[in-house]
Amino acid sequence: MTSRLYSFVRALSASGRVGLGFVTFWLLIAIFAPIIAPYSIGEFVDRTVFSGWSNAYWLGTDFLGRDVLSRLMWGARYTVLLALGAAILAVTIGTSLALFAAIRGGWIDEVLSRIMDTLISMPSKILALVLVAAFGSSLTLLLAIAAFTYVPGNFRIARALAMNLIALDFVQVARARGEGTAYIAWREVLPNMIHPLLADMGLRFVFIVLLLSGLSFLGLGVQPPYADLGSLVRENVSGLTEGALAIIAPAIAIATLTVGANLLIDALKPGGKA
Amino acid sequence: MARTASSRPAWFGVVPLILYRVGSALLTLFLVSAVVFTISGLLPGDAAQEILGQSATPEQIQVLRHEMGLDRPAWTRYFEWLVSIIAGDPGMSYVANMPVAEIISDRLPNTLKLAGITAVVSVVTALTIGVVGAINRGGRIDKTLNVVTLSLVATPEFLVATLGVLLFSVTLLWLPSISLVNEDASWGEMLRSLALPIMSLTSVVVAQMARMTRAAVADQLDRPYVEMARLKGVPFSRIVLFHVLPNAIGPIVNAMALSLSYLFGGALIVETIFNYPGLASLMVNAVTSRDMPLLQSCAMIFCGTYLTMVLVADVIAILANPRLRA
Repeated sequence: MTSRLYSFVRALSASGRVGLGFVTFWLLIAIFAPIIAPYSIGEFVDRTVFSGWSNAYWLGTDFLGRDVLSRLMWGARYTVLLALGAAILAVTIGTSLALFAAIRGGWIDEVLSRIMDTLISMPSKILALVLVAAFGSSLTLLLAIAAFTYVPGNFRIARALAMNLIALDFVQVARARGEGTAYIAWREVLPNMIHPLLADMGLRFVFIVLLLSGLSFLGLGVQPPYADLGSLVRENVSGLTEGALAIIAPAIAIATLTVGANLLIDALKPGGKA
Repeated sequence: MARTASSRPAWFGVVPLILYRVGSALLTLFLVSAVVFTISGLLPGDAAQEILGQSATPEQIQVLRHEMGLDRPAWTRYFEWLVSIIAGDPGMSYVANMPVAEIISDRLPNTLKLAGITAVVSVVTALTIGVVGAINRGGRIDKTLNVVTLSLVATPEFLVATLGVLLFSVTLLWLPSISLVNEDASWGEMLRSLALPIMSLTSVVVAQMARMTRAAVADQLDRPYVEMARLKGVPFSRIVLFHVLPNAIGPIVNAMALSLSYLFGGALIVETIFNYPGLASLMVNAVTSRDMPLLQSCAMIFCGTYLTMVLVADVIAILANPRLRA
């Protein structure tokens, strides 16, 4: 295991390693935030607002005098877990529908593809805004909205991958044996498209992090008392003119997470230097 | 088909193809309008109930429902809504109590101005980055540009905006951090107040554009005619400007039209952070106040513009490719 991990890292390009580093870092923060955060999420720790870094508060205090480091760790937890959940959900739904459409073909494929083409021709942020306006933005709804917004993109890619596969002999043989749709999808097609699918899930994750933090920044995403990284940027925006760490830190956190993931995915591409 | 068309003018074969694309774009826009209406008009439940609140009696709600036409079938409501949007009069805003068309025509020029300048700036920047990257292919400059554009693709708009404000208006005091639009402002003043929003928006759009430009130019540089020109002793800058770029222009313009469609997503954030009175910040307000008529109109304008961009990209790809043309 260790040696496999070692050779995996060795095979990555320099920018890929940087990406891997950032992604691992934020994943660990997200998982262990409740243990390692020095203060609880809503705790008022100091009377000074927007204080700079100090030994007590490594990243200073925010607009209400709360510890920025603790809020950043909790914020990263919401951002990463929500986006990861939504990305997995989007890819699961998108790929299932794509396999169903590709294997069944005929009018099922026709109708599903038409619906997805329609959804894909709406800019994702606009679609998400319309959904938020209609349904609101509780954590569960945000998860569902983010997933729904990125199902069509995954559907299109998964369907294209599946269409190439089902023309091949082993799928034809399985059909001739009389296997059902689920068997062909699960045992014959899916295992052969798992790598590009995982890469696509990584990209969806990046998009969803950007979408959710964008929504939260606009005040339409994660609502208090919860806060993700986008909410942290929003609530401290008044500190911008003072150059407060409270606004810079979460903005940089989002960027390192998404840029890191993007660099890692690019390095893992078959055409890349991996 | 190519053979029979040979007696006609060369552009003739394109017409049915382009008409087909325009038709399918219109059909998509029609379907998009159905999606927008279903999500925002049918699913959220009863607008009458929401306006009157919990304390309303069932009779009051019934009366308002009838006045608002909510008691009629969904189909009728959808087609009336569609006709009103196409006619350019989507009714009254719930919140501002003004015609939606008036509110939008107030804001639209501001967004067009911002988007137009951003488009020019980002096209020039992307062309430069793309060409420089392609002619230094594999070199240090190319690798650096590759990592930079790859990172910019995934950078949230508000980080660029935040750092821009911090650097240029807080530390250096060069630029204002809020873009007030003044009708009588000179071009210089306007550009100064728009500099930060334009910079933030450009950084969002430019990365994808530059990457695709690089790919298109690099692809042309591999062609035999480039080698031939070099052997003939044509200066390299001349080869790039007069031979490679004209040949790569199809895919480049296609990439640019597609990338410019990212402007809308970016504009949502950038207009809000700089308090810019444009269409995108209007739409954000409409979501916050659940002003459905206003929201629907904004959404349709954004979707329509997006589809137009994609259509333009498609048509340019057709026009630029002789194999699709004949």
